[in-house]
Amino acid sequence: MVRVDGKGNTGALVQVRSLDKTYQRGSQEVHVLRGLNLDVERGEFVAFMGPSGSGKTTLLNLLGGLDLPSRGSITVDGDEITHLSGPKLAAWRARHVGFVFQMYNLLPVLTAFQNVELPLLLTRLGKADRRRHVEIALDLVGLSDRLDHYPRQLSGGQEQRVSIARAVVADPTFLLCDEPTGDLDRKSAGEVMALLERLSAEFGKTILMVTHDPRAAERAGTVLHLEKGELVEGQGGS
Amino acid sequence: MKYFRLVWSNLLRKKTRTTLTIGSFAVALFLFGLLVTIQTAFNQGVEVAGVDRLVVRNKISLIMPLPLSYEEQMLQIPGVKAVTFATWFGGYYQDPKNFFPQFAIQKETWLKMYPEFQVPKDEWSAFLADREACIVGRKTAQKYGIKVGDRIPIVASIWGGVWEFNVRGIYTGARTEDDTTQLWFRWDYLDERRQWGKGTVGWYVVRVENPDDAMAVAKAIDERFANSSWETKTDTERAFAAGFVKQMGNIKLLILVIGGVVFFTLLLVTGNTLAMSVRERTGELAVLKTLGFTDVAVLWLVLGESLLYSAQGGILGLAAVKLFTLHGDPTGGFLPLFYLPPSKMVLGLLVALATGAAAGVIPAVLAMRLRIVDALRRV
Ligand SMILES: Nc1ncnc2c1ncn2[C@@H]1O[C@H](COP(=O)(O)OP(=O)(O)OP(=O)(O)O)[C@@H](O)[C@H]1O
Ligand SMILES: [Mg+2]
Repeated sequence: MVRVDGKGNTGALVQVRSLDKTYQRGSQEVHVLRGLNLDVERGEFVAFMGPSGSGKTTLLNLLGGLDLPSRGSITVDGDEITHLSGPKLAAWRARHVGFVFQMYNLLPVLTAFQNVELPLLLTRLGKADRRRHVEIALDLVGLSDRLDHYPRQLSGGQEQRVSIARAVVADPTFLLCDEPTGDLDRKSAGEVMALLERLSAEFGKTILMVTHDPRAAERAGTVLHLEKGELVEGQGGS
Repeated sequence: MKYFRLVWSNLLRKKTRTTLTIGSFAVALFLFGLLVTIQTAFNQGVEVAGVDRLVVRNKISLIMPLPLSYEEQMLQIPGVKAVTFATWFGGYYQDPKNFFPQFAIQKETWLKMYPEFQVPKDEWSAFLADREACIVGRKTAQKYGIKVGDRIPIVASIWGGVWEFNVRGIYTGARTEDDTTQLWFRWDYLDERRQWGKGTVGWYVVRVENPDDAMAVAKAIDERFANSSWETKTDTERAFAAGFVKQMGNIKLLILVIGGVVFFTLLLVTGNTLAMSVRERTGELAVLKTLGFTDVAVLWLVLGESLLYSAQGGILGLAAVKLFTLHGDPTGGFLPLFYLPPSKMVLGLLVALATGAAAGVIPAVLAMRLRIVDALRRV
């Protein structure tokens, strides 16, 4: 069950309570998130929708420990990440979060293999183990024949699949995807969504995804809308 | 080590830029190595000079002689342990530009004065047995292909004529720094054959009992011969050698200034290159941080890049100097000890790494301070 009323049970994987995020723009304060609540249980696939500028990326950044809220708390798997800082937060991200961005964000100087290997460099795995994990991950996204290709030698859809492989290779607690199909044509977008769906259904991955694309949102178990700094359920709103 | 690939692949990002950066380090280090080699060549004489040896020369000028009788008189001065002498021959071998020093030496006392010079026993005996004998330093012997048993002609610019010597031995230095370019022959032979200046020597070398008393003994010697028609000027060998170096101007300062300017320029150029490279990939650095690389790890990635540039350039530049010095003295005899000592190579590499680190600091700190959310928004 996904809840947005702040009354979820304590066992939920992700618990967000009274989350505020305010940006300072000159002398003006921009309240992006206002008292936002969210409970997501393990294995759920949630899509966030909302107009541009409504704060979807902001929310995702907070959930991924890339930024700190102005107020409120985020607890993931029992860790209150809003209390972590610096190196601890970095270590937490490495262990628990897999990121997928709209622009893929692969390192152009590294091959597909090396890009996927990056998160594993932060683990204690030896070289052989890293290789095995990377090969499994790239096989999962259907790119085992592209190990030595550089990002510029791949199509957009392939790049995004490499970045999904990078996101799952260290077996994180959850995946955060910010408009993963936003820059793809319809066919590639379909492939990427099928892949995410499979990760959710077959591997029980918890996925939180921001999207503008109703067809992509359809694949998620739950669709939430960000309105006036809060999340609301259902197909209402924009 | 597993991060090495990551740093390395960034060097391959812009090959031209990387080549140029490494190239500037190589050129700077080549210059550094060359300057150090020249400075070493000048100073080596000073550093090698014995602390317990004095050089006694004519007060008026180095080229004025001293009488042979001073040997006995100096041995009687308290604190003097041993005396030897030599005369400058100033000739050349085959061609005037084939310059190496030739000394007519006092054959009984010379080697005792200079334990750093080594001659095989049988060769030395052969030298003592033959009036026309000479001993040649290893470096000069190698340079002109002179072997034991050869009879070599030396054109005597000062004494006139062509003098032929039988090569009876090759001397070597106990240390790399020791000068093995000299030719020695017997002073008694010189004195017998020359037309003028008979019974004089070029300079004396005196060993003192105790190096601490060197200055006092030097003073005693000069006082002993004051008001004679052959007044002396006595210096420690080190001061004597340093006096030579001083004539060349303040080389150390010159080297410091040139070196300083070069490395400062290098610092700015490399620092700018790195800052540019960091600015170009703020997005990528942010992605690394997103994946869980800490700020400090990112700092080291950038610093590592800078160190890699400098290490590669440094090794290239110093290797080039080493190759250059393998051919020995390029001035044809002016700098007989022309080589780059290993300790100075290590120093060069450290200087390169320090410059690399200094150039990398600001870009690395910029990369470290980069906030993920800001950087990602800019992509
Ligand atoms: N660092 C910042 N400083 C000031 N304002 C910011 C900053 N980051 C975001 N904002 C503002 O916060 C609001 C929410 O931004 P956010 O990027 O979260 O929106 P979004 O829902 O992801 O939009 P889009 O669909 O266009 O990606 C916007 O009005 C944005 O201008
Ligand atoms: Mg957004």
